[in-house]
Amino acid sequence: MTTSETETAPTNGQADDAAAAPPPPAAIVQKKQSPWRAPLAFLAMGLLLAAVGAFQSWSVALAILNMSLISALMAMGLNLQWGYAGLFNAGVMAFTALGGLAAVVVSHPPVWEALAAGGRSMTLSGVILVAMIATIAFAASVLKGRLRQFAILAIVVVGYALLRPVFADAVTAIEAVDPARTGFIGGLGLPIVVAWLVGGLFAAAVAWLIGKVALGLRSDYLAIATLGISEIVIAVLKNEDWLARGVKNVTGLPRPVPYEIDLQQAPWFVDLVQRVYAGALDAAPDAAAREALLRQLLIDNASNFVKLAYAGLFTVVLLIILALCVRALNSPWGRMMRAIRDNEEAAAAMGKDIKARHLQVFVLGSAIIGIAGAMMTTLDGQFTPGTYNPLRFTFLIWVMVIVGGSGNNLGAVLGGFLIWFIWVEAEPAGHWIVQLLSANMDPQSELYRHLQDIAAPFRLFVMGLVLLIVMRFSPRGILPEKIRHS
Amino acid sequence: MPDATDILNALVLMTNYVFVPALSYGSQLALGALGVTLVFGILRFANFAHGDLMAFGTTITILFTWLLQANGITLGIFPTGLLAMVPAVIITAIVAIGIDKAVFAFYRKRRAAPVVLVIASVGVMFMLSAVVRFIMGTEDRRFTDGERFLVRALDFKKWSGLDEGLAIQTTQAITVVVAIVVVAALFIFLNRTRTGKAMRAYSDNEDLALLSGINPDRIVMVTWILAAALATIAGALYGLDKSFKPFTYLQLLLPIFASAIVGGIGQPVGAVVGGYVIAFSEVMLTYAYKKFATYLLPDHMAPDGLLQFLSTDYKFAVSFIILVLVLLIRPTGIFRGKVL
Repeated sequence: MTTSETETAPTNGQADDAAAAPPPPAAIVQKKQSPWRAPLAFLAMGLLLAAVGAFQSWSVALAILNMSLISALMAMGLNLQWGYAGLFNAGVMAFTALGGLAAVVVSHPPVWEALAAGGRSMTLSGVILVAMIATIAFAASVLKGRLRQFAILAIVVVGYALLRPVFADAVTAIEAVDPARTGFIGGLGLPIVVAWLVGGLFAAAVAWLIGKVALGLRSDYLAIATLGISEIVIAVLKNEDWLARGVKNVTGLPRPVPYEIDLQQAPWFVDLVQRVYAGALDAAPDAAAREALLRQLLIDNASNFVKLAYAGLFTVVLLIILALCVRALNSPWGRMMRAIRDNEEAAAAMGKDIKARHLQVFVLGSAIIGIAGAMMTTLDGQFTPGTYNPLRFTFLIWVMVIVGGSGNNLGAVLGGFLIWFIWVEAEPAGHWIVQLLSANMDPQSELYRHLQDIAAPFRLFVMGLVLLIVMRFSPRGILPEKIRHS
Repeated sequence: MPDATDILNALVLMTNYVFVPALSYGSQLALGALGVTLVFGILRFANFAHGDLMAFGTTITILFTWLLQANGITLGIFPTGLLAMVPAVIITAIVAIGIDKAVFAFYRKRRAAPVVLVIASVGVMFMLSAVVRFIMGTEDRRFTDGERFLVRALDFKKWSGLDEGLAIQTTQAITVVVAIVVVAALFIFLNRTRTGKAMRAYSDNEDLALLSGINPDRIVMVTWILAAALATIAGALYGLDKSFKPFTYLQLLLPIFASAIVGGIGQPVGAVVGGYVIAFSEVMLTYAYKKFATYLLPDHMAPDGLLQFLSTDYKFAVSFIILVLVLLIRPTGIFRGKVL
């Protein structure tokens, strides 16, 4: 494939795709970074969450914590691609969605009727597709020039003509099976935690395909290509009902943690709540009030317990992957990746296979994003392909990586926490500001009613402002990349 | 053997459902792609905020349309939006220059890598999209007035005696006419005026252009004015034709990028041709040719299925697929644009 690496103007003095500012040449000593910076930043983040818990509610704080953990993982995956290798992946949305798809494909019980109706035709279409690809690969390697182009075109046309009726048959048969409740092939019925790994595999597979075709492109072309491909992936997920119900959504996915309703009735949990809140319960005026209070406490605490359980699971996954990433960063492999990022031509001259390395990093980063996507779908308990939009799932993660610190794993995690916090809390903050401003306004006036809709625009505005301010005044982020000079 | 009436019916069917909509959509894409390609060629980065700049321009157009309508000023059979576009262009241009001074100029002076400018444009995209949503809310807004149809399907059927009707909406006709006028004006500007030639020189080879004494600040300012004008006109025409919803413009961004890249980035002719290529591909690949085939084939060969290449759900996906294919097979595009 043709690459677009040729620069017409002499710009090799500037870093091509390094962190937001060109990295300092080795001769200039980088200002020593305080080792307290990272712990302090995380402490501040913890205090913010605790404040939300104290002033709003612990339920909200825990919900923010859970999504922050997931976003932190996504940011780490993207940081691997951008911070280590300088690859501008604007297709994060697709890998997240593929992780969600894995959750459905792994954990949903199989829909035997649909499989019986359309399974054979679907397998046949799969076989035809694989045969087509294999023949194209063969033709591409054996033939040359015009004959090769013609052969590939012919194979595509013939393959399509064969594939289309078989596939259409399979799809109609599968989607006709109880379309209101299923209408798709279902999954494997395995525990949903397995889906987290499978999500990573799905994302890695698609990333490999995308990387093979698109990684030769220059940064902004790569961004546009990955953005386009991610839209294609989402379009497929939304429209192929036989796969995962499309926009009809798959709900009721199994959970790795207990259900709130089961907890509220479990004797050990009731005991625990009674012991912890003994003081408040004893202070109740009579038996009926005590009963009502206990019921309310059970409901609140069951929901918080479930959220905590998820948080525990997510933290374990995050810590494992963080440990792996940190080890990778400080290994010869990590140093080589950064050397390639900082001076690609020299690295190529040294004999490093740039394309292969970039592909490796792209696949690894996307796998991490896929795992996070599967975790997110597990948390939601449902797969809703219609909700995947580039603003929330791609560009927001980008803000996380840039603000947190590109090239720094802890930076990506911090960025995930901070930006998600701002994204969620911007809504009540916006309302609060509007209340302040409109305190003396006539509630019937057009302006007053208009201002009430401030929530959604406000969080977008704040996000853009944060990104621009950080890019301008602190382009390396809050926890910049540590550049070690021996 | 199909007779003359069948052939005419088939032709009218094609014109009504494929040619006219594709021409109109293609003009909108062409105008959008021209804005993107100018910024890409002269400022050398992919402006991800262009879609929301179009939304902003359309928002201002809608506000002025309401203002004009409230004061009883209309354009008869033409939509008032046409008139409202004029002040909207001026305001959007001022905003675009302001954004450049506040955000992009900093990185340009430091000769930052293009990817830095793209990230900055993502930040601008967030903020512009917030402003648009704040002003307009998130629901559908229709601001078309005036005569809806230039040619009514029923009238056409009566006039021609055919089974198939041809309906041409005023907005569609206006889109094509305005697009032709704007493109012609832009090309005259780029080819015949000093500033235009300076812009082309700057786009071709920045250092030599600067050596010739061209003022880069002026070039940048004119580029943003033109980009804002093109964005406003494209967005307003799209909004007049369909309706205004803030998030449609982020969706339009990809077909616009596709058009600019397919035609050859940095080549204005390419942007225009690319726009029509993408529009026609989108419409033709998702159109159900069943009726068309029924007219032209003898009765016993009439098709059963819809004869639709791709389902209409994949309409947007078509432009992305073409974009990805072009980026892989021929990244310089049809007119061999610059590979920056």
